[in-house]
Amino acid sequence: MPEPLPMPDEALLQTPAQTVGPFFGYALPYSGGPTVRAPWQPDAIRLHGTVFDGGGDPIPDAIVEIWGADAAGRPSTERGVLDRDQHGFSGFGRAAVDRDGLYAFTTIKPGATRAGLAPYLLVTVFARGVLHHLFTRAYFDDEAAANGADPLLSSVDPARRHTLVAVSDAPASYRFDIRLQGEGETVFLDFGLEGRHEGMQR
Amino acid sequence: MPRPAPQPGESQQVIDAEIAAHHRAAHAAAASGAPVPAHPPRDFAPYRSTRLRHPTHELVRADPEEIELVSPAFGHTDVAAEEADLTIQHAGEPLGERIILTGRVLDGDGRPVRNQLVEIWQANASGRYVHKRDQHPAPLDPNFTGVGRMITGDDGSYRLTTIKPGAYPWKNHRNAWRPAHIHFSFFGSAFTQRLITQMYFPGDPLFALDPIYQSISDQRARDRLVATYDHDVSEPEWALGYRWDVVLTGPKSTWMEPEDADHA
Ligand SMILES: [Fe+2]
Repeated sequence: MPEPLPMPDEALLQTPAQTVGPFFGYALPYSGGPTVRAPWQPDAIRLHGTVFDGGGDPIPDAIVEIWGADAAGRPSTERGVLDRDQHGFSGFGRAAVDRDGLYAFTTIKPGATRAGLAPYLLVTVFARGVLHHLFTRAYFDDEAAANGADPLLSSVDPARRHTLVAVSDAPASYRFDIRLQGEGETVFLDFGLEGRHEGMQR
Repeated sequence: MPRPAPQPGESQQVIDAEIAAHHRAAHAAAASGAPVPAHPPRDFAPYRSTRLRHPTHELVRADPEEIELVSPAFGHTDVAAEEADLTIQHAGEPLGERIILTGRVLDGDGRPVRNQLVEIWQANASGRYVHKRDQHPAPLDPNFTGVGRMITGDDGSYRLTTIKPGAYPWKNHRNAWRPAHIHFSFFGSAFTQRLITQMYFPGDPLFALDPIYQSISDQRARDRLVATYDHDVSEPEWALGYRWDVVLTGPKSTWMEPEDADHA
């Protein structure tokens, strides 16, 4: 008789995701959430865009988070992410979209986290109707050389690559629209956790 | 409270049949050796709002970089201790069944997720959210907002006091009701472990009917969203206790915190 396959410890299996639902608006947004870097700082940039559904309509009940490295490409270890020092930079931001699906952050343009990578911000999207959040990355269109050499961008279908690149639309301002489905659908990322095996089914 | 006119819509039977078909397909895939994912599929038609909001392309596999293997440096200065008690945020006490809810946040190796932010929001005992778009004709409670925040302890534990939320109707289909639940948001030690989910209460008769809960095809994975009544957590003459542990699996972090990281 073959040995039974080792079963993962039931107590240490991934907790499933559920949708953020429609009623997060009085709970998750916080004062200063979209302001990762004070706008008066000389290195502040704006990252903004619209979240669209598969019908091309803006989604009015999505919430977007960004997480990025500092200008040297290092994760910030400054304490006080929610109660932020106006002179500091914590790397994390959260912005609910408005009725027209628009979100906007002020932050800094991060440095590349290691040689050979293009700089980017990690972007997470939650919404009513999205059962499990979606990750993507916002690269920058004025980093053409670095983007051309970036391993993740290079691995993406060239026809869809532009969906990962924020477009410079004013001085120190980048537009990054997010399309959950359909024409121009944003490339969403799997960090190896999507198909996480959960043992046998009952 | 004026009673709204009944809305047209598909019947519960239609939704039930669609859920059953999804579960059959997932079980068949599992029987032929496919992995059973813990998370719900994003394309899950019985939950109607997914229709135009799920990507149709396969997700692109990405190797997490250093920034994705760490999380924001939340700390105790971010959150006041009172934010973990949703029953003391107003002049009076909220109506409803007072409960204590506690548990641990662990990674896939059983290590505690320390000093991370836990956020919750919920309906009141009548099943009504303070949110302005909630149109359920049930009373608001002037003594209950339904929002709380905590930072996990060194053992990954969290603990909150609140009232048990009520079930509430929604418009997914005709006579659609959500089982009582509390919304939870977690950060792991790596950003890739980020999780927003919902915690349910044991024995809810609405489980079988709810397309959001039933979007998870594996019964054991669904069970992991249900808190356990724990008499050792209950406090005499005060509150009933529930326990709910959370596991955030993720890629292993190779990044070491610098020596001076904890300059709180
Ligand atoms: Fe809810």
